[in-house]
Amino acid sequence: MNLEIYKEHILDLYKNPHNKGNLKNPTYEFSKNNPICGDEIKIQIVTEKDKIKDIRFSGEGCAISQASASMLTDKIKNMPLKKIKNLNKDDILEMLKIPISYTRIKCALLPLDAIKGALENVRN
Amino acid sequence: MNSFKKDFPIFKNNPGLIYLDSASTSQKPKPVIKAISDFYGKENANIHRGIYALSENATKKYILARETIAKFINAETNEIIFTKNTTESINLLSNVLKEILPKWKSPKLGQFEGKNEIVLTEMEHHSNLVPWQQFAKKNNFKLKFIPITKNYELDYEKAKEIINDKTAILAITHISNVFGTINNIEFLVSLAKEKKAITIIDAAQSVQHLKINVKKIGCDFLVFSGHKMFGPLGIGVLYGKKEFLEKLPPFQFGGGMINSVSYEDATFLDIPEKFEAGTQNIAGAISLAEAVKYIEKIKIEKIKRYEKELLDYTLKKLKSIDGIELYLPKKQSSIISFNLFGIHQHDVSQILSDNKICIRAGHHCCMPLMKKLKIQGTCRISFSIYNTKEDIDRLIHGIKKVQKVFGK
Repeated sequence: MNLEIYKEHILDLYKNPHNKGNLKNPTYEFSKNNPICGDEIKIQIVTEKDKIKDIRFSGEGCAISQASASMLTDKIKNMPLKKIKNLNKDDILEMLKIPISYTRIKCALLPLDAIKGALENVRN
Repeated sequence: MNSFKKDFPIFKNNPGLIYLDSASTSQKPKPVIKAISDFYGKENANIHRGIYALSENATKKYILARETIAKFINAETNEIIFTKNTTESINLLSNVLKEILPKWKSPKLGQFEGKNEIVLTEMEHHSNLVPWQQFAKKNNFKLKFIPITKNYELDYEKAKEIINDKTAILAITHISNVFGTINNIEFLVSLAKEKKAITIIDAAQSVQHLKINVKKIGCDFLVFSGHKMFGPLGIGVLYGKKEFLEKLPPFQFGGGMINSVSYEDATFLDIPEKFEAGTQNIAGAISLAEAVKYIEKIKIEKIKRYEKELLDYTLKKLKSIDGIELYLPKKQSSIISFNLFGIHQHDVSQILSDNKICIRAGHHCCMPLMKKLKIQGTCRISFSIYNTKEDIDRLIHGIKKVQKVFGK
C-alpha cells in the first residue's frame, strides 16, 4: 500500500519543514539534484570542532525528499563529521520509518547525498 | 471495457489498471504480441544470406515490414531505415551530417557553405536537443531556438526571423511531449526550405495520433519510435528522402551493410542497407509492421476523433477541480500537463498509483523548458484509444484524493 509512505509525520514536515532556509555565513555549501525529477537541494553548514554547529537546506522537492531533509538535518546537528560520513541508505530508511519503493529511494537519499557533498568540501 | 481495450492483454492481466502514460510508451495489442511470439517461436532465422526456407521467409517478412511502414507515411520503401528508436535515428543524423556539413555543396539538395546555425524549438525533448548540442560544439555551429509563447505554442512570427540564410538544419518536434501542442510543421519546413536548409521532424508523439504524409510535410527526414505506436520496444524508424540518404555516409560499419571488403577497404550497399550495420531487430521490424496494420485497420481518422472527444471530456473535468494549474495550448493532441498547488508531481503520481492510475511526473526530458517556465516539472497524462471516460472519472477521483491526503 503506497499510501503508507504519506504518514502524518512525513506530511507534517512537508508543510512545516525544519531547518529550511539559508545561513548568512555558511562554512560550506553544496547543491545536489535528482536527475529523475530535476529537484535540487542546497545544503549549507557551519562547522565547529569537527561537528556540525548549524545547518540549513533549501530547494523545492517532493514530500519524501523534504521530510528526509528535515529529519536528517535535525539528526546530524552536533554529530561528529566522521559519523555523518558513515551514514548510509539503511540509516535514512530507519529514520524515515516508511516503506520506500525503488523509484523513490533517490528522493529519500537526496539530502544525505547533498550533505556528503558538502562534507567532501570540508575534507578538501 | 471499450472495444479497443479488449485488444490489449495488459488490461485483462491487470484488472482496474488506468494507463495514462501512452506518450511514454503505449500498450501493445494482441496482433503485435502474437507477431513477436510467432517470430521467435516459429520463424526465427537471420535475414539476407541464408539460402534456406526459414531465412528466406524472415527476409521476406523484414522487407514487407519496410514496405508497410513506408506506405503508412507515404514514403518509398528504400527511404525507411530501421533504428533502435527516435533517439538513435536523431543520433544517426547528427553523426552522419557532421561528416559532410558544412563543405557540402549540392545545387539540388541545398547550399551549406557559410551556413552554421541549427534551429530547434524551446519545446524539444532532450533527444532532439543534446545530439545537436554535441554537433554544434564539434563543428562550431550555433544553436537557435524558436521560442514558445505564453500559450505553450511556437512563436511563428519569431520563427520567420530565426530561420535565415545561416540556417543549415531545422530539427523540430511535431507534437510537444509536455503540452501536446501540435506544431505547424508544414509552415516551418517551408520557411526552412526557402533558405535551403535540411529539415528534420521528430514525429515520436504524432505518428500514432495524426496522419503522417512525408511528401505533404515536405521534410527531408522524419523520425519516430515503434514502442509509442503500439509496436515493440527497441525498434524505430528514420525516414529520409532518397536523394539525401544516397549522399550521406554510413552511420555504423560492419556486417549487413557492405558490398565488398578487402583487408584494406570496403564498399557499401545501397540504401537502406547502407545504414543497417549488424544483425537487425528483425522481430521488432516485423511486429512494428503489425502495429501499423492495427492502426490502419481502425483508421487513424477514427483514432483522432475518439481521442479528441476524450481530450475534451478530460479538459472539462480537470477544469472543474480547484487548486489545479493546467498548461493548455490551443491545438492539442492527447497529452495534458498539470500541477496541483503545493503538491509535488512525484507525490501526486505516487498516490494516484495507489489507485492503479499511471501518470508521468517530472521534467519529461525537457529540463530547459521547465526552467524557462519556472516550474520543477508537471504531472502529465497522455492517452490512447484504450482509454475511456471511466478512466478519466477515476483519475479525477484520484486527484481529489491526492488533495485530501495533502489537506488541500
